[in-house]
Amino acid sequence: MTLLNWRWDFTWEILPRLLLATGKTLIAAGLGYAIAIVLGLVLALAQRTPYRALTMIVREIVEFIRSTPLVLQVFFVFYVAPQFGVRLSPWMAGMIAIGLHYASYLSEVYRGGLDSVPKGQWEAAISLNLSTSRTYFRVIVPQALPPSFAGMGNYLVGIFKDTPILSVIGVAELMHAANSVGAETYRFLEPYTLVGIIFLGISLPAAGGFRVFESWMRRKLGMS
Amino acid sequence: MTTEDLLTFPLALQGDHVPMVSFRQVSKSYGSLTVLDSLDLDVAEGEMVTIIGPSGSGKTTVLRMLMTLETIDGGVIYIDGRPLTHMPKGIGLVAANSRHLRKMRSNIGMCFQHFNLFPHMTALENCMEGPVNVLGLSKKEARERSEQLLAMVGMVDKRHQHPSCLSGGQQQRVAIARALAMRPKVMLFDEVTSALDPEVIGEVTNVIRKLVAEHNLTMLMVTHQMGFAKDISDRVCFFYGGRIEEQGTPEELFGNPKRERTQQFLRAVKEAV
Repeated sequence: MTLLNWRWDFTWEILPRLLLATGKTLIAAGLGYAIAIVLGLVLALAQRTPYRALTMIVREIVEFIRSTPLVLQVFFVFYVAPQFGVRLSPWMAGMIAIGLHYASYLSEVYRGGLDSVPKGQWEAAISLNLSTSRTYFRVIVPQALPPSFAGMGNYLVGIFKDTPILSVIGVAELMHAANSVGAETYRFLEPYTLVGIIFLGISLPAAGGFRVFESWMRRKLGMS
Repeated sequence: MTTEDLLTFPLALQGDHVPMVSFRQVSKSYGSLTVLDSLDLDVAEGEMVTIIGPSGSGKTTVLRMLMTLETIDGGVIYIDGRPLTHMPKGIGLVAANSRHLRKMRSNIGMCFQHFNLFPHMTALENCMEGPVNVLGLSKKEARERSEQLLAMVGMVDKRHQHPSCLSGGQQQRVAIARALAMRPKVMLFDEVTSALDPEVIGEVTNVIRKLVAEHNLTMLMVTHQMGFAKDISDRVCFFYGGRIEEQGTPEELFGNPKRERTQQFLRAVKEAV
């Protein structure tokens, strides 16, 4: 390690600080994902109402969000919204931006899942006189979720890896902590390497864990 | 259809023998293709009417219109004397809104060719879904009713199984129990044996035989099982080109068909067996 000038004492010194920030990264990813999962379903369902105007507007919003960079959206929510009287903390702004961004991606995943439910399921629900909302929540959505799981798992890892973007508005997550360490000590090798290792150490098991959850859920829904 | 055309249809059917189901000049077309052409068909309470005919003759459309899965382009359908596809407004009828459809739909139950059970629910949960969420029964009442019906179709032992663990015949029997759990006045069977392996057809037809023998349900059935139709129907309608070409008792229609197209069809079916 002499070649790279890696200092182990420094590594151990900054590790607790980075691990603490990792907790915040996990919270940010978890909160953002929770928002995205729920809001994504709302966006997907809103595109299936008989109201054409609503469908078109939601469709355009989803396309707009998907076609512009996340970092721009984060800046917009944090720096531009105050001009319209909406003053948000970095955390608040970050959660809204990343939640909305991934909600639009997840809405496309759900859309595919919803479309994959056979027409006969709708007809059976009508023949039992179930209301439209009950049909969605008791019959259609439970069947739309398993085909959506693979996409949902990808975006769980995706949102986790995108949390460093929140450092640009000062959300004190892992990347932000590593930047601070670098700024204070002028040493970048150790903090950035650690960030990489920590991300890898969480992403890989998370993807595997999601697959286990996916097959468990499929069994539970009787779709294996 | 214009409002004036609709004025010729009564707001409700009255009299001593109001049919349970009544099609009055019902038409349906997809683009330029006419599926049903001014259909008039009455089905009395407790009657079992079977619809036969070549594919594309509009048989299934008749059932799907009754279940409100398809809209109609002309005419009015009445259930138990009250309009299904339309609702009274002022002195005439207007197209039914979703509230009216939901109210009237509760009179009708349907079984499908591909069963359409909810795959994420057990047999019992499939049967309880409607009674709990639509009829507002308590879980306990719905469970009792569903178990009773599952016992009638011989599926009570498998009530905790998911559809993926059941054979086609078993799934169809659960589907019959599920439809009956809503206590419909009219039951529709749309080619319920067509997707089944030959050796399990009997277990489904036996359930329907039992229904005919023991219950006073009004039933409409589309089937390709001519022997079955002959056995259990009160009346058989032969559809051709969106119209009823010929109808009568099974003895009349199968034994002594009068129209040439009927004879041709029955001959072709016999040769296929």
